[in-house]
This record gives sequence, structure tokens and C-alpha cells, in this order.
Amino acid sequence: MAGDAPLLEVRDLACHFFTLDGVVRAVDGVSLALARGETLGIVGESGCGKSVTALSILRLIQKGAGRIVGGSVRFEGRELTTLSDDEIKELRGHRISMIFQEPMTSLNPVLTVGVQIAENVVRHTGAGWREAMDRAVEMLRLVRVPDPERRVHDYPHQLSGGMRQRVMIAIALSCDPQLLIADEPTTALDVTIQAQILELMVELKEKTGTAILMITHDLGVVAETCQRVMVMYAGRKVEEAPVGELFANPLHPYTRGLMRARPRLDEDAEAAGRRPRLQEIPGIVPSLNRPIAGCAFAPRCALATDRCRAERPELEVRPGGHLVACFEAGRDAP
Amino acid sequence: MSEPKPPAAPARPSLEVFDLVKHFPIRKGVFGRRAGEVRAVDGESGCGKSTVGRAALKLVEPTSGRIVVAGADVTGLSPRAMWEHRRRIQTVFQDPYSSLNPRLSAGAIVGEPMENYGLSRGRETEERVAALFQRVGLRPEAMRKYPHEFSGGQRQRLGIARALAVRPEIIVADEPVSALDVSVQAQVLNLLIDLQEEYGLAFLFVSHDLAVMRHISHRIAVMYLGRIVELADKRALFRQPLHPYTEALLSAAPIPDPARRRRRVVLQGDVPSPANPPPGCRFHTRCPYAVARCRSEDPPLREVAPGQHVACHLRDVGAPPGPLAAAGA
Repeated sequence: MAGDAPLLEVRDLACHFFTLDGVVRAVDGVSLALARGETLGIVGESGCGKSVTALSILRLIQKGAGRIVGGSVRFEGRELTTLSDDEIKELRGHRISMIFQEPMTSLNPVLTVGVQIAENVVRHTGAGWREAMDRAVEMLRLVRVPDPERRVHDYPHQLSGGMRQRVMIAIALSCDPQLLIADEPTTALDVTIQAQILELMVELKEKTGTAILMITHDLGVVAETCQRVMVMYAGRKVEEAPVGELFANPLHPYTRGLMRARPRLDEDAEAAGRRPRLQEIPGIVPSLNRPIAGCAFAPRCALATDRCRAERPELEVRPGGHLVACFEAGRDAP
Repeated sequence: MSEPKPPAAPARPSLEVFDLVKHFPIRKGVFGRRAGEVRAVDGESGCGKSTVGRAALKLVEPTSGRIVVAGADVTGLSPRAMWEHRRRIQTVFQDPYSSLNPRLSAGAIVGEPMENYGLSRGRETEERVAALFQRVGLRPEAMRKYPHEFSGGQRQRLGIARALAVRPEIIVADEPVSALDVSVQAQVLNLLIDLQEEYGLAFLFVSHDLAVMRHISHRIAVMYLGRIVELADKRALFRQPLHPYTEALLSAAPIPDPARRRRRVVLQGDVPSPANPPPGCRFHTRCPYAVARCRSEDPPLREVAPGQHVACHLRDVGAPPGPLAAAGA
């Protein structure tokens, strides 16, 4: 029955925030689909709506600040946007889990990590505390926390940043979720620790078959962990493709700009004898509290035409499983 | 021709730091810098890279060691006496917002140091600030704005303008682009490189980001738990890292190219606490090549090839800089 139906299907999701400066259209009509066991990356810069998309799926947008104003989120065939609070709570940490950038702010400082893993297990599986604490040790071992029988009694402040993120992953995976949403899970970590956590996530995904929605600003993280990737800009999806296709053949000028703006670790850019200039994307992201006419990227785009400034490009299907929203897609900058 | 552009200054380094020790815990490093050069300091949290930058500015007092600015030993100077030297060495911080006075206008933020150092006054200050604004890519009209009215990238431009206001010779830049989005990072990195070439500045560039490092620096010092473990010209360092920690750092950074999955050295374990560093080589607890000697004897930083310094027992002076074999292999 699972058949071809995606595990998660988001359609025309819109999430707006109501501020003194007007309505901020943080997510403005985003669609995505995620198959069982797949890793989909959402990449973009601050304010592009990637985190709000993720929070909207789990209905974690703070009430009073913002709300989902349109679209649907279907998970395992169920519509999530209309669930009651109790029903969505039953799903969180059980069928869908989430890990965040800064583990210290998501862990409870006055409970041991074992209790924090076990409480999730007790809550969702009806296991007893004893059994749940055994599960906590097992989970810590799975995420390769050394000496798990002892560490299970540690408080978060006794652990390093990398270990805390392992604990977050242990909590997230403790009830065998079908979907793990990871919001910049390694951004706050040192590079050698980041490598450990990414390796762990890829390995656990293969072991458990959990699908991952990987939210990141780092194209390197996408290249190393994802099968498909979507690029967001100003609250909308501007491009989507299988990861190999996107890196080999980026079509949207924003995606291309992002790739060229970053210095490369694996290339000696100075072969010509002096430090070359990085390719800048001029200007800054638009504020989202006013409706944007035309393409949101047009003011920063070297290819923009009058049409781009007047009319909003819709996503079009291109060969290779590629989607792009751009009238000038694939053209090189003059 | 890969020399930095304005080495017009003599070989005298503009900033030298000798045997710097700062005990929060212990940190130690040796530095030499030439004018017009970017020395980059790389390493992970807690390795002491920011402390080196702050000690060079004497924002923290070193416990021992010497700091020499343009030939003048400034180590023991009182804050008052240091004031004069501080004009030569300015700083750009990671978070421009917390380092800009929210109650001063942008123009006043940049103009104040000029007047403090008696470089200009009144109308002249205003003109110089306007010129500087233009140089760093801000509109002169923005002088009347306050820090909160700028975007992150513009604030960093403002921080750079403030650092340049007193015509320094050295700029200590502590993670100056880490808080910025990728597209804005490129703008600020380009600006820093242009300014360096224009004014012949030396940069002490502190960063954890190897790709940024590779782009901007001439020489790189890699730090681990308060020590420099490798110090080399950038190209040599990337061609063949000599220290196992440098090797691991280079292979740990994700590369934005799915066709290029690399052999990866994933270091096991965490960085030990700098309050209680391991005996012997501080890296031995995570080093895949460690031998008995590494656990007991602290390796000194030695020049093993011209311009390449490394603190590792497994690197002999004059030995070919090839890959290391795993211990027991």
C-alpha cells in the first residue's frame, strides 16, 4: 500500500508571520515530496524559509507569531495541518523527529540524558521506565557515545557539543521514526566533529531506513549526505534536482551564484599567481513583508529582463528530474 | 609570482609573537609576520586561535612571551603606553553587531578613532569618513544611520571602515565572515583582499573555515589545544599537510561536489579540555599514527622543510613530506 505514495508530501505550503512591519511571507507556496528512506536537502541562506518549512511540517510555528495560511502537509497519507494538538504531539518524536542546530538549547539542563531519551520512549511506546532506560543505553551505543552505561546518567552540561548532538539524535531515533527533520544539525560543530556526525547520520539512515529532510546552508553537507536537493530563495523553491544533477548542471542563476561565491577547499584558485576575486551575488535578500512582483531574485540577477521583474516564473520540469523557476534558466551571465 | 602584492616593506615583520603563553589554561605560540601578508590561524573551538589574536592586540594580557609590533616590544606596556601602538594594529570581529556601539551613528563610529588619535578634526573627519564609507562599499548618506539599520554584511563593512580609520598596519580579523551568508561572505572577502593590496596591510586572519583560509591567506598556522602544530605557506600546506591534525582537518571539511567523495580521515573522539591537556603531544589521543613517544614527549615546532614548520615526532627534518603510515602498519 505504501507503494509509490511518498512518505511526506507538502503542497503549496504557505506560512506567514504577522508583525508590526506587516505580513512576512516566510514560506510562500512550497511543495515537496519525500520518499521512504530518502534524504532530501533544503538549501538556502538566512530567511529563505527553509527552517520555517520544516517547523510548519511539525506544526512548531509559535502560535500568535505565525501560522500556516495555506497548503497541505500529508504524512503517511494523513493530513497534518488539520490534526488536533494532541494528535500532532503523538506524532512528534515518534513517527517524525527533529534535531536542531544547537543541541544545548533543545536539551533539558536539569534532567540526565538517559531520562530525556527514556521519557520519549515511555511516552510513545508505553514501555516501563526500566525498559526505557535500557533502550536509552542502547540508543547511546547506537550513536556511538563511548561508555553508554555511565554516560546515560550524565547531564547535558557534562557533554561536549558533538556528544550533545549525538544525544539529540539518540532521542530523535529512539522510537524508530519514519522521518527525521535535521535543521542545520552540524552548523554549530567543529569541522572534525561535523564529519563524525554526518558520517553517523548517513550510517544510521542506511541501518534504520529513516527518511531525512536535511536543512542546511552548506552545499558541502548537501553533496555528502543528500540524494535530492531543493534550493529556496525568499520563501519559495527556485530549483530542485537529484544531487548529482544539481551540482553538475545548476540551472537557476541563484544556485549558480551560491556555488561560485564560496571559495573552494579542493582547488588551488591561485594557480594564476594571485588571489582571484570570488564571484559576488550583489545586494541582499529582499524583505518579505511586501509582496514581490516578478522573480524575487531579479534585483540581484545579472540575467534579469523586464519580464523577470514583472512576472513570476513558475517551476518548470527539465530533463534529468530537474525543476527550475527561471525564465533564463541555464543561460550564462553576460 | 605568488608573493603578496605589496611586500614593499622590508623583511621586518609587522607583528611578531614569541612564546606567547596565556593561562586561562595554557596556550603557547610563536609567530612572525611580514607586512602585506595574511597569516591565517586555523583550528577548532578552544584551540586558542582567538586568544592569539586578542593577545596580539593586548586585549588580554599574556602570561608570558613577547609581542612585537613593527619592531617595538609592546609586551610590558601599560594600557596608556599601548594606546599609541594600538593605532597600528586594529581589529575586525566576528559579530559586527556586538562590536558596534548601538547609540553612535555609523559616521561617529568610524570618525571617533580618527579624532582620538588626532588624525583629523571636525569637517576633515567627516570628509575622511565619507571617503572611507565609499571605499568599503557603503553610501556616505549611511553615516547618519545607526548600527541596527544595517544588514549583517553592511555592518561588517562598517566594522572594516572603523578598523581602517586610523590607518593601521595590521588587522586582526577574528572570524570576520563566519556570521555572514555565503553570498555576502564573498563580498566581504573580496573587499578585504582589495583593501590589503591597496593599503599594504598585514592580516592576522583567525578562522575555522578552511576554504576561506585557502582563499585569503598566504601562510597558515594550524592550532590545536593552545599550540601551533603546523605553520607553512598555504600552497605547501594544502599540497601536503605534515601534521596529522592538519591532514584530518582538510579531509573533514565537506566538499560541494558529490562526484568527489574522498578518502576521509574521521578523527575519533572529542577535543580534550584545554584546562587539562593530555601529556606528550596534545594530539596523540586522537592521532591515528601515534607511537609510544607521542604519549610522553611534547614535540617542538621545527622547520622540517624550507618554510614548513611542524610539531610532530613522525616528521624528521629533511625527510620527504610524504603521507604517514598508520601506527602498527
